[in-house]
Amino acid sequence: MGIYLPIAEISVNVFVLLAMGTAVGFLSGMFGVGGGFLITPLLIFYNIPPAIAVATGANQVIASSFSGALSHMKRGTLDFKLGGVLLAGGVFGSTGGIFVFGLLRRLGQLDLFISLLYVVLLGTVGGLMLVESVNALRMTRSGAAPVLKKSGQHNWIHRLPLKMRFRASKLFVSVIPVLALGAAIGFLSSIMGVGGGFIMVPALIYLLKVPTNVVIGTSLFQIIFTSAYTTLIHSATNQTVDVILAFVLMAGGVAGAQYGAKVGQKLRGEQLRALLALLVLAVAIRLAIGLFVVPPDLYSLSALGLD
Amino acid sequence: MPGLKPLNIAALLAALLAPQAAHAQLVHNEGIQIGLSTDNVAITAGFSGADLTIFGSLEDADPQIARQGRYDVIVVLEGPGQPVVVRRKDRVLGVWVNTQSETFENVPVSYSLASTRPLQDITEPNSYKQLSLGLGNIYMQPAETDSNATDIQDFTKALRQRKSASGLYSENVGGVQFLSQNLFRATVRLAPDVQVGTHRARAFLFKNGLFVKENSAQLEIRKSGFEQMVFRLAHNHSIFYGVFAISLAMLTGWLGRVIFRKD
Repeated sequence: MGIYLPIAEISVNVFVLLAMGTAVGFLSGMFGVGGGFLITPLLIFYNIPPAIAVATGANQVIASSFSGALSHMKRGTLDFKLGGVLLAGGVFGSTGGIFVFGLLRRLGQLDLFISLLYVVLLGTVGGLMLVESVNALRMTRSGAAPVLKKSGQHNWIHRLPLKMRFRASKLFVSVIPVLALGAAIGFLSSIMGVGGGFIMVPALIYLLKVPTNVVIGTSLFQIIFTSAYTTLIHSATNQTVDVILAFVLMAGGVAGAQYGAKVGQKLRGEQLRALLALLVLAVAIRLAIGLFVVPPDLYSLSALGLD
Repeated sequence: MPGLKPLNIAALLAALLAPQAAHAQLVHNEGIQIGLSTDNVAITAGFSGADLTIFGSLEDADPQIARQGRYDVIVVLEGPGQPVVVRRKDRVLGVWVNTQSETFENVPVSYSLASTRPLQDITEPNSYKQLSLGLGNIYMQPAETDSNATDIQDFTKALRQRKSASGLYSENVGGVQFLSQNLFRATVRLAPDVQVGTHRARAFLFKNGLFVKENSAQLEIRKSGFEQMVFRLAHNHSIFYGVFAISLAMLTGWLGRVIFRKD
């Protein structure tokens, strides 16, 4: 069944979109990430113009992260103070990102930049996670108890000034890295159409040493606002948010997410991380191939004066 | 002075008699008319391209020529003109990057042509050029004239190819059929991603391989009520639209949790 997207101005198959939303929702529920890093490339592969895919991806991420954050709020695994500081940084990052987004679009380099960012970030995060989780898997196989991160461990980040106490996270840390992390995520969110969970989660765990159980809830909380802000700015400046497209994706996504979460509970942490790493790497490799293989058509058209 | 008078009378007589003489030799002054069943097409949620039928008739046609099938009709549905940027990818450090670009002004967004016979059988390439008729003859005005000619040619060719590949430019040979000696029906294709706006249907009449007359009609293609509302909202009230999109996402997220809750 075809459905006409009023902003993208093309007609697409509604079942393909629903399946896409459900599959991504399932994976995001399973791994506790927003799923934006999967949905945006998928939309681009499905011939949705990249600018629309990015802005609509951000809109779709709100639904899945809001749904997830609600359950974390109920369980008390959400640090509002930490989320708030991350958010303050995120607003600056998003604004900058949207400016760069419009600039690249005028220059005709948006597609390339999005693909490059995806390849570099997904490749790095996926690679690091794979190494870490495979090591963890080998440790458990050899019988050693998994090493838990001690909250007393310090690195250079903890020597920065302007310290602040985050009670729910049992954390006493400088606000500078927190703001910077928020800004970086906001920037990526507006350029890549992602919530940034796949970067936020490892960064909070490994850099700021936030307890893992608080990380996902807090990351989801801040993603709601970053992607909401991104959606708003994209609507206002680029008019590239397609609510019909977003809604179909969300409808599939929220259903898939709840089932994914159930499956995720049956798997062990390091198994989950290894699977997520493989998934992230697969997306990175697929996009990298697109950059290096001779394109089927060297020429592309775009309407002038979209901004 | 009086010597001129008979001359004037002769001229007057000749002028008066001329139409009658023409009539006696059965010179037909053909015309062409087209009519659209509707003057606007609405794109609804289920739109996935459509065939548009345009009816038309020949006026004052010579029955003999019509019987021999020596009248030809070409109908074109042309979308609104828009500036288009064509970009070319080149390999930079192994990665394919958009490098050169060329801007064209007033490129018709879509161009669907239907004809009675293959174009090369109807008339000379030169007269197509004069009428700027046919996919190869759509006039594309480069915005900057300082680029070299071969580049512009390459980019123009690429622009036509991309438009044809996406179905926005199409030729439908045999898409015009005569239903009777005077009446014809043309079928032109609307691509799934046809642009909204004022389209122009133009009909060209050829007789014995020579261009005779042209006529045109306008067609408004617009999004249907709901799609149009979404589009307008997004463009005219973009902040409100953004807030709406966010609220919709939150509501869906909350509903999803309530309905499919597994914990």
